[in-house]
Amino acid sequence: MQYPTVPPAGDVLVILRHSPHGSSWLREGLDAALVAAAFGQAVSLLFQSEGVLALVKGQGPGPLGQKGTSATLDMLAMYDIESLFLDAVALARLGFSSDELQLTARPVDQAATAELIAGHRLVLTF
Amino acid sequence: MRYALLVQGAPYSSQASHSALRFAAALLARGHNLECVFFYHDGVYNAARLAAPPQDEPHLMDAWCALNTEYGTRLQVCIAAALRRGLLDEREAARHGKSGYSVQSPFELTGLGQLIDAGLGCDRLVTFSP
Repeated sequence: MQYPTVPPAGDVLVILRHSPHGSSWLREGLDAALVAAAFGQAVSLLFQSEGVLALVKGQGPGPLGQKGTSATLDMLAMYDIESLFLDAVALARLGFSSDELQLTARPVDQAATAELIAGHRLVLTF
Repeated sequence: MRYALLVQGAPYSSQASHSALRFAAALLARGHNLECVFFYHDGVYNAARLAAPPQDEPHLMDAWCALNTEYGTRLQVCIAAALRRGLLDEREAARHGKSGYSVQSPFELTGLGQLIDAGLGCDRLVTFSP
C-alpha cells in the first residue's frame, strides 16, 4: 500500500487517543481539529493507541443514537485536513491492517512521533 | 511567559482541576501571566455555578473565580460542549426555553476558536485531562 508523502510539520497537531465509541473524546477532538482548520491553520491528525480504531471502516452511529465519527472523517478533506498519521504498532496490536481503514494515514513510529510533535506550533491531545 | 490552560476533567471527579489550579498558582507566583483557562470536554462542569462542595473540601469554582478577580484570567467555556451537558448562561437558557441557568460571569461561553487562538497566541498551552 502506498502512503502519501506528507510533511511532519504544520500549525496544529491534534492527537486522538480514544476509540470512536464509549466516550466523546474522539468526537470532541475532531471538532477541535475542524475548528482549527476553519480558522485557516494547517492541521495534522495523529491517531494513537485505541484512537487508530477511528479509522477502521464502517464506524456507524450504532444503537445508542450517538452521531458516530465516520461522517466527520469524510469531511476532513473538505477542511483541507490531509496530513493524517497513525501509530502503526497500535494498529497491528489491535489486529487491523491498513487496508481495513476508511482513510489513508501515514504510519509513524516513536521517533517520527517525536518529530511530528516538534514540527507543530500547537499540539492538542484528546 | 504568557500561559493558557486547557482543562478537560470534571471537578471532584478527577485530579485535572486540582492540578490545573496548583499549576496556575505556581506560574503566577513566578511572575508569569495566565491569560486564559479554556474548559472543554467534561471540564465544562467546572463552570457550574450551583456547585456546592462540602465545606472541608477545596472550593474549585471559587478558586477559578479568584484567578479572574486577582489576575484578570479569562475563564472560557466551550459552548457546544457546555450546552449538551446542561451548562447554560442566562442568555442561552432563555434561548432554549429553560427555567434556570447554570453558568455566570466570570465564566463565558465561547467557541472552540478561542482555544485555538489561545494555543497559538500564548507562549505555552498546558492541558489537564483526567
